[in-house]
Amino acid sequence: MEASAIVMMVVGIVIIWGGLAVSVIHAVRKSRAQ
Amino acid sequence: MENRPQWGSRAGFIFAAVGSAVGLGNIWRFPGVAYENGGGAFFLPYLFALLTAGIPLLILEFTIGHKYRGSAPLSFFKMKKGAEWLGWWQLAISFIISTYYAVIIAWAMSYSYFSIGKQWGEDPLTFLVGDYLKVVDPGQVGSIVPGVFFPLILVWVITLGILFKGVKKGIEAANKIFIPALVILFLIIVVRALTLDGAIDGINAFFRPDWGQIMNGKVWVAAYGQIFFSLSIAFAIMITYSSYLPKKSDITNNAFITAFANSSFELLAGIGVFSALGFMAMQQGVPIDEVVSKGVILAFAVFPQIINELPAFSGAFGVLFFVCLTLAGLSSLISIVETYVAGVQEKFKVSRTKAVAIGGGVSAIISILYATQGGLNFLDTVDAFINNYGVAFAGLVEIILVAWVAKELNNLKNHANGISDIALGSWWTICLKYITPVVLGIMMVMNVMTDLKTSYGGYPVSFNFYYGWLVAIAAIIVGILFAKLKKWDSSLYEIPKDKGGF
Repeated sequence: MEASAIVMMVVGIVIIWGGLAVSVIHAVRKSRAQ
Repeated sequence: MENRPQWGSRAGFIFAAVGSAVGLGNIWRFPGVAYENGGGAFFLPYLFALLTAGIPLLILEFTIGHKYRGSAPLSFFKMKKGAEWLGWWQLAISFIISTYYAVIIAWAMSYSYFSIGKQWGEDPLTFLVGDYLKVVDPGQVGSIVPGVFFPLILVWVITLGILFKGVKKGIEAANKIFIPALVILFLIIVVRALTLDGAIDGINAFFRPDWGQIMNGKVWVAAYGQIFFSLSIAFAIMITYSSYLPKKSDITNNAFITAFANSSFELLAGIGVFSALGFMAMQQGVPIDEVVSKGVILAFAVFPQIINELPAFSGAFGVLFFVCLTLAGLSSLISIVETYVAGVQEKFKVSRTKAVAIGGGVSAIISILYATQGGLNFLDTVDAFINNYGVAFAGLVEIILVAWVAKELNNLKNHANGISDIALGSWWTICLKYITPVVLGIMMVMNVMTDLKTSYGGYPVSFNFYYGWLVAIAAIIVGILFAKLKKWDSSLYEIPKDKGGF
């Protein structure tokens, strides 16, 4: 794979899947704290 | 005082909202749109659109539904007396979409069966158009196609059966099964696709950035369009679903989870679809761009061809793919029908059972039109026009009405901030007041110019006029008429009883 394609794949995965992970973790922590 | 139905848990609401957003478009539209608009470079406008339009609009609709606790017409009526018609217009759009969306799910069901033994033969496109759908010329109806009609009955039985059971025992329970099942099955597909010869070439083509495209305005409009159509915004779904949330609900984070989950699935679909396309290109010895397609052709002609060329377990791969399409479609169809079930139930004070039977029943009967030999032509035109001049236009009117006419953005922001963990700042107001309406406005103008210059899909002008423009205009007229039909029951003005938060 070309380096530029790898970079864009990593950027997409980190922001989108990372964004999902962070928001889900926040919700889970909140529900456990209640 | 009304005893409003409520989700049983926060996870139940999120599964339902994600189930609505993740639909056929995630699997068959996003990969092709991304590839056509710069590949990896498309992710920049896409992410910008997600953060400046998708998430702000989702928060807006969640807040409207939660604050006013009603279907879209009732919520807009409570916000501003003269705005009820907008809610009915959005319900009319949902109604029209549900009539043909059910038929595509019926095709997917049929193809799950056809996958066993690869019954489409060596030429899947000819099988789709000729043997299966038996397509006739545009404007002709022809006879009912039994291979579409009988699965269509099953689609409606499942959908209305779930809706009859109500919000918690029906929609929530179904989505708690559908969405985890969809994710697991799709992950199996992606892992299998990634192990095929040529998969890396496909992924490379999908993510390789064409930076020359980044300054092209059309690419940015495509990114906003993808985010807008993908998130189930502006056809009353998210307003209806959030109206079933309890008072204590973290609206903002719910919107972040829903939006990121939807985009996560799109990204996964892109990787899976392009891995499979890379394999197909390698098998046929052609460049990737010769096999890239999207929509109906990708799902029902190109994928069967890919399945034909798989070295092992090809039938199982086909079953998995079309079951995924069926699950993604069903969870979205349920949410689309729920919008007008809720509206009819509230406006005409009828039981949920009656509202489901009347609303869903009429939609099911109309959907038979698309199960005829002329169905594909009708579906193609109605879908294009109701999306461009229904969903997108209703979204533009909604944002102008809320932000500029009713001037409700600050009130809604305060409402969301009062119950959410993540506080909305001025970025939210700027995105909704300026960026979103400008981009949607540009999108509308570009669509009108394109459709005036060339007849959509190469169909006769009269065909597009009757089944495109008139259908889109009819949705607005129906919206205005329904708003004038009957006054709301005064008990609906009160805040419904709450059953605790989560």
